[in-house]
Amino acid sequence: MADLLDLSVLEAHTAGMAGELSPAEHSAAWFQAAAGDELNAYLWHNEGAGAPGLTVERDCIAPIAVKDIFVTEGVPTTAASRILEGYRPPYTATAVRKLLEAGAPVLGKTNMDEFAMGSSNENSAYGPVLNPWDRGRVPGGSSGGSAAAVAGGLAPWALGTDTGGSIRQPAAFCGIVGLKPTYGAISRYGMIAFASSLDQCGPLTRDVSDAALLLAILQGRDPLDSTSVGLEGGIRLPDREDLTGLRFGVPAELAGDAVDAGVREVFERTLETIERLGGELAEVTLPNAEHGISAYYVIAPAEASSNLARYDGVRYGVRRGGDGDLVEMYETTRTEGFGAEVKRRILLGTYALSSGYYDAYYGQAQRVRTRIAEDFSGAFAAVDFVVTPTAPSVAFGLGEKSDDPLAMYMNDFFTVPMSLAGIPAISIPAGLAEPEGGGPQLPVGFQIAAPAFGEQGLLDAAHALEQAIGFADANPVPYRSAAATEGGDG
Amino acid sequence: MAELEAVIGLEIHVQLATRTKMFCGCELSFGDEPNVHTCPICLAHPGVLPTVNEQAIRYALQIGAALNCEIAPRSIFHRKNYFYPDSPKAYQISQYDIPICGAGRLGEVRIHRAHLEEDAAKMIHVGESGRIHGSGASLVDFNRGGTPLVEIVTEPDLRGAAEAAQWARLLRETVRQLGVSDVNMEEGSLRVDANVSVRPVGSEELGTKTELKNMNSFRFLQRGVEAEIERQKALVEAGGTVEQETLHFDPASGSLTSLRSKEEAHDYRYFPEPDLVPLAPTEAMLREARESLPELPAARIERYVSELDLADDVAATLAADPATAEFFERTTAAGEGLEARTVANWVTGELAAALRQGDEETSAADSKLTPETLASLIAMVAEKKISHGSGKTVLATLVAEGGDPAAIVDREGLVQISDSGELEGIVAAAVAANPAAAEQIKAGNGKAIGAIVGAVMKETKGRADGGEVNRLIREQLGL
Repeated sequence: MADLLDLSVLEAHTAGMAGELSPAEHSAAWFQAAAGDELNAYLWHNEGAGAPGLTVERDCIAPIAVKDIFVTEGVPTTAASRILEGYRPPYTATAVRKLLEAGAPVLGKTNMDEFAMGSSNENSAYGPVLNPWDRGRVPGGSSGGSAAAVAGGLAPWALGTDTGGSIRQPAAFCGIVGLKPTYGAISRYGMIAFASSLDQCGPLTRDVSDAALLLAILQGRDPLDSTSVGLEGGIRLPDREDLTGLRFGVPAELAGDAVDAGVREVFERTLETIERLGGELAEVTLPNAEHGISAYYVIAPAEASSNLARYDGVRYGVRRGGDGDLVEMYETTRTEGFGAEVKRRILLGTYALSSGYYDAYYGQAQRVRTRIAEDFSGAFAAVDFVVTPTAPSVAFGLGEKSDDPLAMYMNDFFTVPMSLAGIPAISIPAGLAEPEGGGPQLPVGFQIAAPAFGEQGLLDAAHALEQAIGFADANPVPYRSAAATEGGDG
Repeated sequence: MAELEAVIGLEIHVQLATRTKMFCGCELSFGDEPNVHTCPICLAHPGVLPTVNEQAIRYALQIGAALNCEIAPRSIFHRKNYFYPDSPKAYQISQYDIPICGAGRLGEVRIHRAHLEEDAAKMIHVGESGRIHGSGASLVDFNRGGTPLVEIVTEPDLRGAAEAAQWARLLRETVRQLGVSDVNMEEGSLRVDANVSVRPVGSEELGTKTELKNMNSFRFLQRGVEAEIERQKALVEAGGTVEQETLHFDPASGSLTSLRSKEEAHDYRYFPEPDLVPLAPTEAMLREARESLPELPAARIERYVSELDLADDVAATLAADPATAEFFERTTAAGEGLEARTVANWVTGELAAALRQGDEETSAADSKLTPETLASLIAMVAEKKISHGSGKTVLATLVAEGGDPAAIVDREGLVQISDSGELEGIVAAAVAANPAAAEQIKAGNGKAIGAIVGAVMKETKGRADGGEVNRLIREQLGL
């Protein structure tokens, strides 16, 4: 059993194809592992009987943990919100449908920040997810459940969504790989909308090859999503060993002093590794990137205020109060159904779109967004990739930033600009660092961004760098110890 | 005080007769069981996305071409946000600052814009009033929700209620002939709202306007606008000012009640719909829309009046029904030397009456009549081979049974009495048989001649020329 859970998805799949492993046994081992969730990573477990629509006829690849933001027919889907308690969707998201068609059954639905709004997973209506490296710390967010499940050995891989960093930051905090593809690479149909112009689904995996495999399954134009285009030529497994001839841009503006010393050290060490692999470093300027957070926290809440207006108690989900009075029913339902952060963003967004304020807020934010996209275009004229730390710090303690929304928002400082520009970016684990204030060492993520639709090159470069770093071999990754423990028991 | 004039602009919602809804694959319907034409998309379940109905774009382009609108090379959708159970997403996907169709013109009225959007669901308020105020509960039928709409907005170019109703009829005929909508006001596939204001004659400035809703027939449109013009004029003449508000017209009482004032107006928080990409019609789509246009009423009226010298009302009657207009044109072409004006009068007068005979009204094309037979019939009357009255008799036979008019005339013995000696004798007898009428005619009562003409026609079985009979009666009475 330990051997089965120790394998990456690609390794297990390759072994299965060679007849060295039983895909059914491999799958069963993962279902058993997922059932032992002590991290509050899952909101719902697939126990087979309850979810005929989420199982596959034949296990071809490996079962997968799916963020509870993807609707799944007949299976509870809450986006970690009270307002969708008891809701069972009448259809299944395109991304999940593609997984099922590829032979990847759903292990369960993972915990998250409510409607994907948060960077710590503490905004879940169903309790925070614990970081498998240190259960007193957050796993990051909003795809915290998916990241913790993969890092903690509760799933071989997972599906997440990223609006401003919600795949990359938890991947960094949990020491795994997280990829946010180009906007439009994967269908958003059936992904509960937070900020429609930014939301994009993507893989959380142990390594870059698994991320490539998952992206290859998920990508593609979907007639049900007008904004989807797919990735021309598809995706193949990365096999690059060096970085010769590739130029990596380090933005002067994003290398500021808001980064913890330990994170900075790992970042600089990784830059050295790039050079050792033959890659070239260059300074680039993204003069408007530092305004990313301000623009993001206008655009995303504005779209959210509209996207979340449908949760009104009329057709599905929770309905509270009113006593026959429509407006009172709306108010009570939404007051009791939404958490504090969701309400804060609905209010922000409603204000930003109001007549008389639209141009000063939403209009201005969109102009900043255009400038940031132009900054990246300019940078990519000179370099192949832009690199930054994924997050300014390692995983912080539970409750540490809950009372300070602005401090929490700054977690997205390095990830938001790429989201606004719609370009792909990957976070790979680059090393460990001691948290500010001391304590056991925790993972640090290294972010690489590429031009729109440059996923293949991005994965190739990330793979070469990952091999050179050797993070999973050099460090006590929890999924290995989890597998070892289970092996000892069984 | 200066005299006041009314200024009226119309906003017309046209439901498109596409097979499916604007943003999902549900079929359109009217009168089906509630909530059977729904899906996760039009019920706004979490995670769904809209996709644009291509046929709706084509129809909108046809409307744009018919209204001579500028077509935007790249138009976008916006979200119009509001909370109400008829809007499951809590926003309507509509077009805002870049509509698919820009400035245009139909007849004398300039078009401001025409844009694509989706219809709301239908609310049924349970209770006596049928309106939300005073109802105990409301039901929602999502069958209608998501039906494609084109909203046409005019410039404030209309000056009277009758003119507004007449122009709205022209618009309806135009859209109907495109075949893109049922344009049925009672069923709501055509809905007309009016913006009304008044100002001193000669002023260029617009007064404060009110918006009138719920006028579900052209008659109600005219009455509603009339009532509002009167109300505003009286108000202003009494020294008051018009408040901006939305008014509901009650056709039963003819009264207008306020739905909401300016202060209660919604802030719709419009912003670009991020789930849809811009609409950029291809050159081929634009060409197809232009080429698919039939000759529309306004153009037909113009051609009939200027080229064929028809009277305005006759031209309008013909243009309102393309099939009849077509029949008219083919008849004119078939009859050598026939005046178009004469043919038009026959088609809109005698033929229309003949087609209305009995319980059912049929169309010329569905009857046994052909343009060729009608043309030869009209020619026989024009050449005075048969009387006008006989012509009507033959027409009835042609409509019902078909055949050759000359043969029918022969068979029925309807050849006009051309021997004036014979006719003179019959007239003399008729005058003698009706002395009272003769006296009245001589005393100056022109109408009394009818009795004697009638007697002549009875005697000749309608074969006499009415004009000739009249002349002979007067001659014989020494007038």
